[in-house]
Amino acid sequence: MVRKALTGNHAISYAVKLVKPEVIAAYPITPQTSIVEKLSEMVESGELDSTMIRVESEHSALAACYGAALAGARAFTATSSQGLLYMHEVVHWVSRARIPMVMAVVSRTINAPWNIWPDHSDFMDQRDAGWIMAYAMDNQEALDLTIQAFKISEDPEVYLPVMVGIEGFILGHTTMPVEIPDEELVREWLGPRRQPYVVDGSSPIGVGGLTMPEETEDIFHGIQESMESAKRVIERVDREYGRMFGRSYGGLTQCYRCEDADYLAVSMGAWSGDLMEAVNKLREEGYRVGVLRLRFYRPFPREDLLEHAGRSKGVVVFDRAVSFGAWGPIFADLVASLAERPEKLPALSNIVAGIAGVNITSEDFEKLVKRFIESVEKGEKPVYFEWFRKR
Amino acid sequence: MAQARPKPPIPYDMRDSFLPGDAACSGCPIPMGWKVVRAALGEKTVFVIPACCSSVVVGVYPGQSLNSSIVHVPFAAAPSVASGIAEAYEKRGLRDVNVVVWAGDGGTADIGMASLSGAAERNNNIIYIMYDNEAYMNTGIQRSSSTPRGAWTTTTPVSGKTEQKKDVAKIMIAHDVPYVATASVAYPHDFYSKLQKARSIRGFKFIQLHAPCPVGWRFEPQYTVKVARLAVETGLWILYEYQGRRLTLSGPSRPYLDPSKRKPVEEYIRMQGRFRNIPPEALEDIKRSVELNWEWVKKLI
Ligand SMILES: Cc1ncc(C[n+]2csc(CCOP(=O)(O)OP(=O)(O)O)c2C)c(N)n1
Ligand code: SF4
Repeated sequence: MVRKALTGNHAISYAVKLVKPEVIAAYPITPQTSIVEKLSEMVESGELDSTMIRVESEHSALAACYGAALAGARAFTATSSQGLLYMHEVVHWVSRARIPMVMAVVSRTINAPWNIWPDHSDFMDQRDAGWIMAYAMDNQEALDLTIQAFKISEDPEVYLPVMVGIEGFILGHTTMPVEIPDEELVREWLGPRRQPYVVDGSSPIGVGGLTMPEETEDIFHGIQESMESAKRVIERVDREYGRMFGRSYGGLTQCYRCEDADYLAVSMGAWSGDLMEAVNKLREEGYRVGVLRLRFYRPFPREDLLEHAGRSKGVVVFDRAVSFGAWGPIFADLVASLAERPEKLPALSNIVAGIAGVNITSEDFEKLVKRFIESVEKGEKPVYFEWFRKR
Repeated sequence: MAQARPKPPIPYDMRDSFLPGDAACSGCPIPMGWKVVRAALGEKTVFVIPACCSSVVVGVYPGQSLNSSIVHVPFAAAPSVASGIAEAYEKRGLRDVNVVVWAGDGGTADIGMASLSGAAERNNNIIYIMYDNEAYMNTGIQRSSSTPRGAWTTTTPVSGKTEQKKDVAKIMIAHDVPYVATASVAYPHDFYSKLQKARSIRGFKFIQLHAPCPVGWRFEPQYTVKVARLAVETGLWILYEYQGRRLTLSGPSRPYLDPSKRKPVEEYIRMQGRFRNIPPEALEDIKRSVELNWEWVKKLI
């Protein structure tokens, strides 16, 4: 094991190097580009024995990875924003074919106008695509999650592609110390590639051909069921990873000071760190509040939310994306989860913020969480939905 | 003119490669082409097929009329999926599997053009076959950039197509790939030997297969081969191979280097309902493009 100062993007490149997928295909886009640049450098210098397909678009990047994965290879790609949208057709194709592979999403807001700053809109835009969707909070987790993603994806109880998100620039281009596990150990832990079927010419097989509604529905229903089993697999993989490499995060969610909390702030991604800082301050002031951070958005951690949010007095959800005309996507799913036990519904509030890269500080979080708690304590109805803007 | 028999002849197991139960219209050129591809390339062939008539012709799950592996892919994705498969085989040391893209003219000349160009430029080890039925047949006969001038389609319903046919084989030649050829469903032996040639070459191979569609071109289904043959005999569709920066005229087209041997273009046009209302200037334009095409061939042979 070595320790290196790495940007989030390079942490992902190093994770890929440890895994050594046979095929990598990617197309440049800010803020993802430095992942594929680093990987190209590793491949050309002989440090990494992977085949790099230098495609002409993101649609082709994912298509090439799909082909490689069908043919029995581990495959990896990475993209952002417009690139992710451009490959969206293939995003669905891969999961519906139940082909394991891994993609890094370095989040950047969806354009127009041209804007390269991060929010979660590109990531959230993929939420119905049948991929396992993970999101890291720091560079170390970006590396760990990328390695774990291959293990989760290839688990026979899952057999679904996995995307790992980080925010561009905030993590993508910010350097932090990162522990890099031993390469041999990672490979040993991953074992040989596993997938439900292989197209290698050894016997005739048809993939993705014309299928009647009932049989097609069976396939899609299978994805829904595997999403449920994936919850167990994700937790198991996280525990195993902890034993092997010394870091464990707690599965689908991370619970920060929420064991004894009366109030819960829910978030995902790098700004959760700022939120935790705010919570520390509020704790000092006597507010019993904790953070529940989503590490996985799909499968949605319904059980974790029921357990933690279901026994709290109030839950405030911070979304860094918005479904125009409705709410933040995490909030919508959270409310749907809690509605399973309507008798225990806590006070609820959704704050959409940090859109298009607007910077949200721990002071902002402190103010917003405090306002929420105080309104509940006073017996007032808290703000149900607010788009928090700084101008 | 008598046609020389290629050696070796097409094996009789050709029929075993295409099984009963396909969903093709009668007279469809697709199974004709598949039989030859499968006979030439053998069982260890993976067909990558984007959205097109062939996705339907192959039949409905769990059946499959083509006795090979088939990977169905999004409309614009075939060349890139095939690139990924080919690179994975390379990495895994699987050298005896042929990766074939089988795509229509729409999937090739229009929506798939960028990914086709990308795979060609990267020289990925695949055989790309564009079966050219000169329109989007799967969605009900809409124009493609490979539809000839003057042809009726459902998106050129009144005046016929006003633009000329895009010449994809020439575009592929401009990519300087190791092998480019044209073929026709009317000449299976010629197509067979081209496939064998393509198989022996590493890198990107492109074959444009002229494939008359009775439904879209408006002729009786028993005339598919006749229409395809007339395209060659009128000199309108020229069979050639391009390799090592040289063009070789293929046997069936050789006589037509001499314009006096060519049948009148009208014979071909008159057989097809899609040209029923062809404006005279469009017909002249087609004739002119035949001449220009032969001029181009002469420069390269
Ligand atoms: C992205 C996308 N756009 C449109 C379609 C609809 N579509 C399916 S097949 C087809 C036309 C195919 O035409 P061509 O490639 O010429 O093959 P043919 O059907 O003539 O055999 C179209 C437009 C699609 N499947 N995907
Ligand atoms: S429309 Fe034409 S190409 Fe399509 S299946 Fe029918 S005959 Fe074949």
